[in-house]
Amino acid sequence: MKPWRQPGFWIPLLLILVGGGVALVVRKDTLREMTFTLLMYVALASSLNILMGYTGYVNFGHIVFFGLGGYTGFYFISRHGWHLVPAALVGGLTSALLAALLGLAVLRLRGAYFALATIGINEAARAFVNNFRPFGGPTGLFVNFAIYREYGGAPQALWLTYTLLLITTLVAVAVSYTVKNSRFGLGLLAIREDEDAAMVMGVRTPRAKTIAYVISAFFPGIIGTLFFFKNGNVEPGDAFRLHMSIEVLVMIMLGGNGTILGPVLGAAAYERLRGYLLTSPLFKSLHLAFAGLALLLIVLFIPAGLVGWLRRRFPVLRRWLE
Amino acid sequence: MILQVENVSKRFGGLQALQDVSFELPEGQILGLIGPNGAGKTTMFNVINGVYPPESGRVIFRGEEITGLPPYEVARRGLARAHQIVRPLNELTVRQNVMVGACYGRKGLSYAAAARVADQVLERVGLAERADQLAGSLNVAQKKRLELARALASHPYLLLLDEVLAGLNPTEVAAMLDLLRRIRDEGVTILMIEHVMQAVMNISDYVIVLDYGKKIAEGTPQEVANDPRVIEAYLGDPKLARCLLEGEESDACPPSEKGV
Repeated sequence: MKPWRQPGFWIPLLLILVGGGVALVVRKDTLREMTFTLLMYVALASSLNILMGYTGYVNFGHIVFFGLGGYTGFYFISRHGWHLVPAALVGGLTSALLAALLGLAVLRLRGAYFALATIGINEAARAFVNNFRPFGGPTGLFVNFAIYREYGGAPQALWLTYTLLLITTLVAVAVSYTVKNSRFGLGLLAIREDEDAAMVMGVRTPRAKTIAYVISAFFPGIIGTLFFFKNGNVEPGDAFRLHMSIEVLVMIMLGGNGTILGPVLGAAAYERLRGYLLTSPLFKSLHLAFAGLALLLIVLFIPAGLVGWLRRRFPVLRRWLE
Repeated sequence: MILQVENVSKRFGGLQALQDVSFELPEGQILGLIGPNGAGKTTMFNVINGVYPPESGRVIFRGEEITGLPPYEVARRGLARAHQIVRPLNELTVRQNVMVGACYGRKGLSYAAAARVADQVLERVGLAERADQLAGSLNVAQKKRLELARALASHPYLLLLDEVLAGLNPTEVAAMLDLLRRIRDEGVTILMIEHVMQAVMNISDYVIVLDYGKKIAEGTPQEVANDPRVIEAYLGDPKLARCLLEGEESDACPPSEKGV
C-alpha cells in the first residue's frame, strides 16, 4: 500500500500542482487571485471531507476553524509582527485545539443533532469574536503596510502567500489520501457505515472521531491566516460566513463524498461555475440559490457525486480515481 | 473459566429483561443460550460485550472484570460478536469489512497485516471470490458469513454468536455447524444464541435456558431437553423435546415442526 505507487494518490496532487503552478510561472496577478480562491476551496473541501466523507459527520461549521484560526494567525501578524509562516501554523494549531475541545462535547451527538450543533458553534464563535477586544471587536484587525517590508514588498508577500497556500493544499490532499488508506481511516469508514457496529468491532469511536475532527480543523486554520493576510484585514462578517460552509459542503457532494479526487474536482467545478454566475447579470444575486438547488439535485440523483458515480459505473477506474 | 456472569440484572423501564442471571463458560466449549422470544438472550449478549451496563452483577472475562466497559474495550480484550441482524458496512468492500475486525481486534494488526488476515479468513468462510465486492451487495447467507468472518479476523478468545443459523437452508446450516466445530477445536470458545433447536442441541457442549429474564435450567443438551421446567416454559410439549433431540424424522415431531 505504498501511496507513491498508487495513481489514485498522484492524480489529484498533479492536478493541483499543474493548476496551481501555472500562476507561478505566468506571474499574472489576476490569475493568481483566481487560483488562490480555487485552491482555498480545494483545501477546505478536502479537509472537511475527512470528517464528513470518511467519518460521516455532516459539519455546517467547518468555516469556524477558518475564521477562528485565521483570526488567531492574523492577530499575531498584525499585533505582534510575526512572520506569516509561524503565524499560519499557530492559526492551524489553534483550530485543531478548538476542535479537540469541542469534539469531546459535540461528537457525542449524531446525525442531524451534530449538524445543528455545528451551526450553533459558528454563531457562537462570531458572537465571541465580535466582543473580543484583542481581536478588534466588530471592526476587526488590519495590517500596517510597513509589515510587507519583511517580505521585500507587498507583491512578494502576496506571491509568498500564494505559494504557501499551494503547499498547504497539496499537503491537505496528501493527508486526505493517507488517512483514507490507513488503519485509522478504516476505523473512520466503519464509523460512517455503522457507528455501533464499529464500536463492537473494537474501534475506539470517541477518540477516532475527535482525531478526525482535529485533522479536519487544522488546515482551515492555516488557510484562514493566509487568506486574511492576503486581504490585509479581517472582520467577523468575513470570518464566519455560514454560507461558505454550505458551499464547501456542496463542492464535496458534487465531486464525491468520501473520495479523494472528488472534493478537488467538486471545488474546482463549483468555483468556476460560481465565478460565471457572479459575473452574469441574470444570476449574480442568485448564486446561493443555485448552490441549494445543486445540492438538492445531487442528493436526489447522484448521491455518490461525480467520482463516486464513475467508480461505481466503471469499476476499472477504481484504481485511478480514489 | 473464560467467562463468568455473576448475578446480572438489567431493566428497561418496566421490563425486567434479566434477573439475577449467573453462569460460567469453560474454555474451549460451545455453550448454547436458548429461550423463547423476549427471554433476554440478546440483552445478555449486550451486557456481556458492553453495549448496556447492567444494573447489578458482574461480568468477568479471563479473570478480569469487564462490567460496564465500552464495547470497543471489550472487543480489544478478545471478545468478538456476530449480530443477529447483520450489520455489514455496506459501502465498504467485503475485505475492508473483515479488515476492521482484524485491525481493531485483540491483536490490533497493521493495515497490511489485516489485509492478509482478511483474505485468509474470507477463504475459510467461503467468501474469497467476493472480497472486492461491496458488502451491501451480498445476500443474507453471505452477510451472515461476513459477520462471522469479521468476528474471526479479530482473533478472539470468545465468540458471541447471535443466531448465525437463522435464515440459512439445511445445507448451509450443516456447513456452518461444521465451521463452528472447527473454530472451537482451534481453541476459540463460543457462546451462541440459537433458535434452530436441533442444531443447537447437536453442537453445544452445554446449554443454558432463559425465560422471562431468568435462568430456568442448565446442563447438557440431553438434560435440558428432559427438564420439566424447560418443557413447560419453553417447549410447551414433552413430545417436542424428543423431537428436538432425535431430529425432525422422529415420530415425536408435530407436522408443523417438520422441515423447519
